[in-house]
Parts: sequence; C-alpha cells; structure tokens
Amino acid sequence: MSTALVTDLTIFILALLVGIEVIGKVPATLHTPLMSATNSIHGIVLAGALLIGLTAHNTVGYILAFVAAVFASANVVGGYVVTERMLKMFRRKAPEQNSPEMGTALNGHKGLKGILSRADKARSGDSA
Amino acid sequence: MSGFEGTIQLVYVLAAALFVLGLHLMNSPATARRGNQVSMTGMVIAGVATLILLIHDGTVTTTGWIVLIAGTLIGSAIGLYAARTVQMTAMPQLVSAFNSVGGGAAALIAIYDYINSESHAGGVLGSTTVFTLLDVLIGSVTFSGSIIAAGKLQGWIGGQPIIFKGSRLLNVALAVVAVGTAAFMLTTASLPALFIVVLAALGFGVLMVLPIGGADMPVVISLLNAFTGTAVAMAGFVIGNWALIVAGALVGASGGILTKLMADAMNRSLANIIVGGFGTGDSVVAVGAAADAHVRSIAADDAAIQLAYASKVIIVPGYGLAAAQAQHGVAELATLLEDRGIEVSYAIHPVAGRMPGHMNVLLAEANVPYPLLKEMDEINPEFGRSDVALVIGANDVTNPAARRPGNEISGMPILDVDQAKSIIVVKRSMGHGYAGLENELYFDPKTSMYFADAKKAMAELTAAVKTLVG
Repeated sequence: MSTALVTDLTIFILALLVGIEVIGKVPATLHTPLMSATNSIHGIVLAGALLIGLTAHNTVGYILAFVAAVFASANVVGGYVVTERMLKMFRRKAPEQNSPEMGTALNGHKGLKGILSRADKARSGDSA
Repeated sequence: MSGFEGTIQLVYVLAAALFVLGLHLMNSPATARRGNQVSMTGMVIAGVATLILLIHDGTVTTTGWIVLIAGTLIGSAIGLYAARTVQMTAMPQLVSAFNSVGGGAAALIAIYDYINSESHAGGVLGSTTVFTLLDVLIGSVTFSGSIIAAGKLQGWIGGQPIIFKGSRLLNVALAVVAVGTAAFMLTTASLPALFIVVLAALGFGVLMVLPIGGADMPVVISLLNAFTGTAVAMAGFVIGNWALIVAGALVGASGGILTKLMADAMNRSLANIIVGGFGTGDSVVAVGAAADAHVRSIAADDAAIQLAYASKVIIVPGYGLAAAQAQHGVAELATLLEDRGIEVSYAIHPVAGRMPGHMNVLLAEANVPYPLLKEMDEINPEFGRSDVALVIGANDVTNPAARRPGNEISGMPILDVDQAKSIIVVKRSMGHGYAGLENELYFDPKTSMYFADAKKAMAELTAAVKTLVG
C-alpha cells in the first residue's frame, strides 16, 4: 500500500467523522437547505471533470470531459443558487409588507403585542 | 509532488476547510446563509486553483479548452435556470437531479481515468482500480436511480411502487453481474468489462428505485445523496485530489445521517424500504375497533368558532397541504389568529413533505417565521396544553395506533395530536394514508372532520374567522 493511498484514506476517514459531527448538529428545520448545500459541495466534482482536460487528446476524451463538465457545473451552480434562495426565506419574523393582517396589530389596540409590533416597525424603519 | 502541485493541493485543503465551516454554520437558521456563502467561497477558490493548474500544466489542447469552457458554461446556465425557476414544492426533484448529475460526473471521471490508463502500456495500477471500480459502480447507480426518483417525484413515472414479474430477480442478477465483473477487472484490465459494469449498474439503479413508493422518497433521496457523496470521494481517490475526497466524505456523512433519521421517523428499516413499498405485500388489515366507529364532520363556521376562541392552536401540516398548495392559505389563517392574541405554532413531523425538512421550507416560503416551526420532540408535550390541533393533510404521523403493537405503523414516532383538547382534521375524504391504515384519530370523540381540499378549506376558514370576529 503506497503512502499516497494511506494519506488519502486517512483524509477520507477523518472527513467522514468531521462530517458526522458537524451534520448531527443541524436542526431538522434546515434539513432541506442542508441537503441542497451538501449537494452543491459535491459539485466540487467539477474540479475533477476539468482535470480530465489535462490528458484528453482524442474524441472520446473530449466527449467525456464535455459531459462531465456540463453535469458538474450544473450541479455546483444550481446547488448554490437554490440553497441561497431557500435560506433567504427563513426569517425570524414575518415580513410586514407581505401580510396585510399585521396592519391591524400595528394600529396599536392589541396591548403588548401591538406595542411590540410598533417597536419592531420603528426599528426596521431606523435601519432602512 | 513539485512545489507548485503541493501549493495547489494546499489550496484544495483550504477549500475543503471552508466547506466544513460552511456546514458548521448551518447549525442555526440565523447563520445558515453565511454558511452557504462561506462554502461558496471555498468552491470559487477550488475552481480558481483548478484553472491555474490547467493553465500552468500547459497540456490542455485548444479543442480541450473549447470543450471544457463550453461544457462549464452550458452546465452553469442549466443549473442557474433550474435553481431560479424551481417551485419549492419541486425541491426534492431538483435535489435528485443534482444528485444524478453529480454522481454521473464522478462516474465519468473514473471511466475516463480507466480508458486513459488502459490505453497506455502497462495497464492499470492496482490500488487505483478498486476506487475506480467503486466510483463507476456507485456513480452509475446514483445517476440512473436519481433520474428515476426525480421522475417519480415530478409525476413522469407513477409514484406507486412499480414491480413487474421477476423484477427483483432481475435486480439481483444485475447486481451480481455488476459486482462480479468489477471483481474480475481487479485482476484483468478490460475495457468491454468496464462497459458491462456501467450498464449493469445503470440498470440496477433504475430497478432499485422503481419499486419504491412516493411516501418513501425522503429516505431514497437521502440515500442517493449519500451515494453521490461517496462516488465523488471515490473520484477523489482516483485522481488523487483531497478536495474531492473531503467534500465527498462530508456529503456521504450527511446523506447517511439523514437516511437514518428518515428511516427511523418512518419506523422502517432501510432494507425494508429498498425491498418494497407499503401496500404491495400482504393485504391490509383494518384496525378492529375503529372500523365501525362514528365520524363527526364539521362546517367552516363551527371550525372557525373553535379556532377564534382558542388560546393555543397547533397546526399539523402534512404533505397533503403542500400538494394542495395551501401553505400560503395556512399562513394567512395563522396570522389572523395570532393577531387575536392566539398562540399559534406548527408541529412538523420529520417526514412531512417529500424530503427531509421539506415542510419547513414550504412554510418559510409562505413567510411563516422559523421560530414557530417546532420539531416533534419539542412540540409533543405542548399538545396537552393546546385548545385546538388543526391537522391539514397529515395522516399516518398522527395515528395513535402507532403506540400499540401489532399493526403496520407500531412504534413509529408520531405527533401526539390526540392529546389536544379538540382536534380539527382537514381532509378531502376518509381515504387512507400510505400505510393503508384507518387513522384512529378520526374516530376520537374530540375530533371533527372538515372534508375539503386544503387550499379551499383555508380560504373558507379564514373568511369565516374574519366574519366571526369582525
């Protein structure tokens, strides 16, 4: 067994353990974005696809390189964009402009909730 | 390894470290977006390093450059278009499609490597071959299996388990051929044998997913995700690239964990899911006491009264809600109730939806704040303190029969909906869930059935509550 292989195996096993440790802490709420994020991470296969180009000097090589590059780049670009799109939707509070019903609370006749909502509005107004 | 190559390898390690950091930041919704951006930075760094390596090496032909650039641009455009336009309900299909192309690309890398080294005198190196073969096997199975999974989710292929006479035997035969030929290749370099492995593995992937029913999709997608990761890691072994090895291992770990979580939440073993879906084997036995019991139905006005005068409401969304595109309607009703000072939260079962965490994304899209989305273990003790549990399009995960031994869902973790003071179930008919079992919850004296399509029901309820409270 070569040194390179032992190194590769060590890296693989350690990465697997790190993965188990890190992923185990992700809450269920985020499991879909998580899967999409890991999806984009395996898009690193694009690097491997591009490296085919180093030795591809005939038609078969070119075809394989082309298809692999299409597959891998669709994977990596699509993965990151859709993950970002999903995570943008996760908000701590409902956005006010999109829910007209919140307006009644903002009128201030709902006690504490109304006051809190007004405070929120004031804060978001400041930051805008 | 020259100094230059060593430097590139170190840059790949940096990229891999950023992937880990990015995943770590996903442990909270507040930092998750930053995590994705950190991971993206790692990917850009890895991409640039690869480009520098290609330029520095100087052996890429003009045609080679054209092929690589064209391939990358076309692929990126497809990926970008798909990611921008996909509906959130269609996320499982998209993830499946990305699994498919990721696994496919990994397999192609190994296939190319094999063809390339076989064409040189001396044949293939022993240590590379094991990983090459594993990459080809796993990558091909992932490629075809994920296409079938995406097709089922998209409705191009029937969502029901598809089993034809002798399909299981054929599947076993394909597995034997694929693995057997691969084993043969360990000792003998042979290009035709490689094609046999690819074809048999592709066939196996198709036949592996076809018999799996729609409700088991969360498990299948997770499993194929783990496969893709493993295939990419194997591709990393083949070309000696640490970034691929680390990234593949991370994805493999993630997919593995999610597979286990999903299978546990469905109370089924992985083997059981792969071998065949619910309702395909023995005939379904109805739960005795429930069959002749009485079901109480309710109209919108009465349901609205219950909701409007509650102080704590728990909404239990299931896949039926997403199928009816009712998530925005639910969010509107919930906001209306909250404005009356009613405490509203959502109870999310791990397998609500078509992939892990799917329901959370659908509700997030409908502007439901994530602190209101409660996981099963967190919400279960709260049912006892809630006035109304509003079940929308969820079935098996609310069935109290799971607590008793002796039926299909015995032992399955469920939401304790029956502990609520009253229960309203929105459902189109008395049809069964995927387990083909009567839901005892519907016959509970505290339960009222509101027979309607989820979207229509939400509009009616919202209107009724508005009329009621002015």
